[in-house]
Amino acid sequence: MSWKLFTLLVQAAGATALFSAFAVVAGIALGLFVCGVALSRFRAAAGVARLYVSFFRGVPLLVQLLLVYHLLPVLGLNVSSATAALVALTLCTAAYQAENLRGAFLSVPNGLVEAADVVGMTPWQRFRRIEAPIALRLAIPALLNEAVAILHASALISVVGVIELTKTARDLAASTLEPLPLYAMAGALYLVMNMVLVYGGRLAERRFSVRTA
Amino acid sequence: MIIPAAQVDGLDKEFGTTRVLDRINLTIPAGQVTCLIGPSGSGKSTLLRCIAMLEEPSAGIISVGGRPLGFSLENGKRVKLPTAHNREVRGQIGMVFQQFNLWPHMTALGNVAEALKTVRRMPKAQANEIAGQKLDEVGLAHRRDYYPAQLSGGQQQRVAIARALALEPKLMLFDEPTSSLDPELTGEVLNVMRKLAEQGMSMIVVSHEIGFVASVASKVVFLDHGRVVLDGTPQEVFAKPRHPRLAQFLDTYLDREAVMLA
Repeated sequence: MSWKLFTLLVQAAGATALFSAFAVVAGIALGLFVCGVALSRFRAAAGVARLYVSFFRGVPLLVQLLLVYHLLPVLGLNVSSATAALVALTLCTAAYQAENLRGAFLSVPNGLVEAADVVGMTPWQRFRRIEAPIALRLAIPALLNEAVAILHASALISVVGVIELTKTARDLAASTLEPLPLYAMAGALYLVMNMVLVYGGRLAERRFSVRTA
Repeated sequence: MIIPAAQVDGLDKEFGTTRVLDRINLTIPAGQVTCLIGPSGSGKSTLLRCIAMLEEPSAGIISVGGRPLGFSLENGKRVKLPTAHNREVRGQIGMVFQQFNLWPHMTALGNVAEALKTVRRMPKAQANEIAGQKLDEVGLAHRRDYYPAQLSGGQQQRVAIARALALEPKLMLFDEPTSSLDPELTGEVLNVMRKLAEQGMSMIVVSHEIGFVASVASKVVFLDHGRVVLDGTPQEVFAKPRHPRLAQFLDTYLDREAVMLA
């Protein structure tokens, strides 16, 4: 494979990495918010949060991408296909992350919550100082799992016209008539990105490990 | 008249259709140790948790330091009190749990200083200084930077006591503080509690440590099936001939320790 083809693939991998990184970070933030609402005592809001989760987990990402891409202009928002892709990826991954986080919050031992109550913390103080730090640590493996999944699923954003790694590999394979080396290289690049992600997750796990007896 | 540390009037607690506490009337004297004893399921922990506002009573009024907590009686009607009021009154109560419940992501010092910083809005340096003193009082100054998982059960429970004491409570609640400890480790926790009692802290202790109860308590309350069966000084409660239910309790539940009362 020529150097030229290689640099084209690396550039495309850069796009994949950027889109995925944004979706992972924004998705965890939005997921935390959705999870907070779902667990709150505001019934109606919690219902909306559950609806959100079941929609974005229930509809395939491919369909979500197409929906968002065609819906935003109808709502009067003229956005680029890159923006539409970011929005769809984030909304989708946030639904999964919200569930990962909800599970973690529910496994914070009740006694630790009661200990916060008896020292007089308000629900918000308790959330910020006790529940969230413990739950986030418990959730790291699941959050990382979803980050890996969204990195892979980002290959779908080419359907709304965004150039990323898989699409670039296909185009180059078609034009050079040499599919095997191109797909092999694309696979290798995904693998590298994955390893970076997993390594980052390991660091976070070690740094924030819940010290349990 | 001295205001009692806590007062319980006509307290009921039902979980579904099960009545766990039945018309409890109790005065907790200030500056003394009151021990709640009774078989499992007698409602002693639930009573303590009602006083700590971890359970909402189904009926009745609880007051702490002369001020109603949770509900008050106005014109014969029981009305819910505002959250801000309850938080303030509950601020006078410290609680220690059977399972210690230290926050695992904070050091011993962090656990003790936490509420001073977040609830009392104290500057970090000042909160840490007070926390250090409290850890010293329970004999754990040298373990301030350890995480709960690095401490023994007895040490964890002493940190939990320091955490409660940091807020300068007027009343301390102990919910079976030594029940999840090895016999070897209960001593160090009971010693800290004994010291606290000598300093005149008002305490309510749910405990199976009959030796501790008999020697430290000014008042013993024996509960059975959600009712107060006996209420008096240890001499009165443990006096012979014993109340048949108490005798049965001491026999079946406390073989190893009841010997000293024989």
